[in-house]
Amino acid sequence: MTAATEARPDGAPDGVPAEETARQADDSAARDGGWRALALQPALIGLGVLAFLVWRATAELSETEDRQLGATVLWNSIREHVYLTVVAAVVVLLIAIPLGIALTRPRLRRFSPLVIGVANTGQAAPAIGLFVLLATWLGFGFRTTVIALVIYAALPVLRNTMVGLQGVDARLVEAGRGMGMSARSVLLRVELPLAVPVLLAGVRTALVLLVGTATLATFIDGGGLGVLINTGITLSLDSLLISGAVLVALLALAADWLGRVVEHVARPKGL
Amino acid sequence: MSETTSVPSPGATGDRNISGVSIRLEGVTKRYPGQDRAAVDDVSFEIAAGETVMFVGPSGCGKTTLLKMLNRLIEPTSGRIHLGDEDVTDQDADQLRRRIGYVIQAGGLFPHMTVAANVGIVPRMLKWDRQRITERVDELLDLVGLDPAVYRDRYPRELSGGQQQRVGVARALAADPPVLLMDEPFGAVDPITRQRLQDELLRIQEELGKTIVFVTHDFDEALKLGDKIAIFDVGARVVQYDTPERILAEPAGDYVADFVGAGATLKQLSLTRVADVQLEPVTTALAGADSTAVVAAAQAAGDDFVVVLDGRGRPISWPTVAELSRTTTVPVTVDERLPVVGLQSTLNDALDTMLAASQGGVVVTGRRDSLAGVVTVETVMAVIQQARAEVAR
Ligand SMILES: Nc1ncnc2c1ncn2[C@@H]1O[C@H](COP(=O)(O)OP(=O)(O)O)[C@@H](O)[C@H]1O
Ligand SMILES: [Mg+2]
Repeated sequence: MTAATEARPDGAPDGVPAEETARQADDSAARDGGWRALALQPALIGLGVLAFLVWRATAELSETEDRQLGATVLWNSIREHVYLTVVAAVVVLLIAIPLGIALTRPRLRRFSPLVIGVANTGQAAPAIGLFVLLATWLGFGFRTTVIALVIYAALPVLRNTMVGLQGVDARLVEAGRGMGMSARSVLLRVELPLAVPVLLAGVRTALVLLVGTATLATFIDGGGLGVLINTGITLSLDSLLISGAVLVALLALAADWLGRVVEHVARPKGL
Repeated sequence: MSETTSVPSPGATGDRNISGVSIRLEGVTKRYPGQDRAAVDDVSFEIAAGETVMFVGPSGCGKTTLLKMLNRLIEPTSGRIHLGDEDVTDQDADQLRRRIGYVIQAGGLFPHMTVAANVGIVPRMLKWDRQRITERVDELLDLVGLDPAVYRDRYPRELSGGQQQRVGVARALAADPPVLLMDEPFGAVDPITRQRLQDELLRIQEELGKTIVFVTHDFDEALKLGDKIAIFDVGARVVQYDTPERILAEPAGDYVADFVGAGATLKQLSLTRVADVQLEPVTTALAGADSTAVVAAAQAAGDDFVVVLDGRGRPISWPTVAELSRTTTVPVTVDERLPVVGLQSTLNDALDTMLAASQGGVVVTGRRDSLAGVVTVETVMAVIQQARAEVAR
């Protein structure tokens, strides 16, 4: 037949075009490669944790250092840090995703360039400034910390939700509406699934950002691993400072890994 | 061994099955906000049930706007739209659209859904049971010439452009809508694939008898596919609305004459089907058969080439007698460049295919891709001569 890649009208096997087989092979290779990269990260994190534990067990430490780096204190700091991150992340998802969806609907669409602009600039503003401003207004403590974290980390999620939805081919939306799908059903079954990769990349960015930014909580009495770092600075104890920084880095890597796993699993097939 | 079974001409069947309904527009106008000219200006128009009507006209004249008002993707500013006896202007748009198939360029398939899921969208919305949807999907894939077992579970990106477009047509037909709207559906595929898709559409339409409204910028496509052609000017003003034959024979004014172009006699090639001309008989041979006997048969028949068929009677190559006499058995290799057209194809398609393959003829296939004969460039020339003579008279 002249058109080699066209199936014969009666559906007789036309031989899978070479290009296609190549693409499928490519695909599964990419997927395996993806999993391999995903397996590497926790291994590195585990190695980091192990190195820290070995150092902690063997290093010569003063009494203050020993107390600050004791199992209970450390464990509490880590738990506080994770708790702050998780609470803020949940609130971010609950606010930023629906808001991003709303801002890409026809009725509010004209505001989306403005919001994306603000989100991009907001990202550049120093987080510490935001923490201090909010604290002078709302007082110190957990609640203010969460609010500050939410404001800061909502931006990438909001932006990526909007960019992801805007990236969906308008013709697909029209095809859906043209078949009689309601606007809601097109959103749920076409737009959101197709926006998932971009949206989740934003969520991962937000998670990593949250783990890092939560170290600032110590300045407004929010707790977390920032306390360790801050104590290290005030008392000029490098061991505390570095321990805090290393633990935050390991947590951030773990959060990033979690985000990658979700992205990998939730990515719609066929893309 | 040569066979030139006469197949009834596609246009000749009188009592064809009609499942479409008529469409009537009454003074339909669309004015986009912020534009002083109406994109569609007071258009009244009627399309008979089961007819294919082609919309042609310069870019921006309002074809797409008019089409999309039929399924209310665009709400008319004023005017009424009737499907059959029903005034659908104020009907729930989502409900209405489930009864109107809609095909856009490149199929508009959802990339994250399999072929089966794409085709099953409207039936699922209509709450058909699973079993019925599965059966319907397979039936439709068959109808558009895709083997369900092979293609059902593929994702759109694993299909060629032409295959995607077939799935797009299958999806639009899923709930057996009486009306099919197509907006430049074959605009994004290569010419040979487009020609096959057009042939398929003709075959499907022959079988189903839908009311089809089809926007195109390709006048040859309009001539080939349309029962009627509507030629529009700015504001979707209908300049001429008639059968292809009459538009060619009696263009209404300079506007249409310009549109049809200088080669009106050549355009006759787009009106004449391969099935309408005398196909040349040809010596055939089964792949793998003994060459000597075949060469002898060809020489006896005075043919200088032979069409090789596979086990199912489908042509796979056409070696010359000289080439064959150098072999002991007829080669089984499939010639990817073998020029092939269907009985539904136009002589214009046949000529295009010959030119693309630099050959003096094309192999014609009929039902199930089996051989129907050969059309040569001489046959095409004869038709041109005849059209010339008729015009001169
Ligand atoms: N959504 C829209 N908003 C404003 N003007 C539009 C819109 N869609 C089409 N138009 C205008 O309406 C006219 C007709 O467009 P269209 O129906 O797409 O023409 P065609 O399909 O014949 O090329 C053009 O002038 C175009 O610019
Ligand atoms: Mg158009």
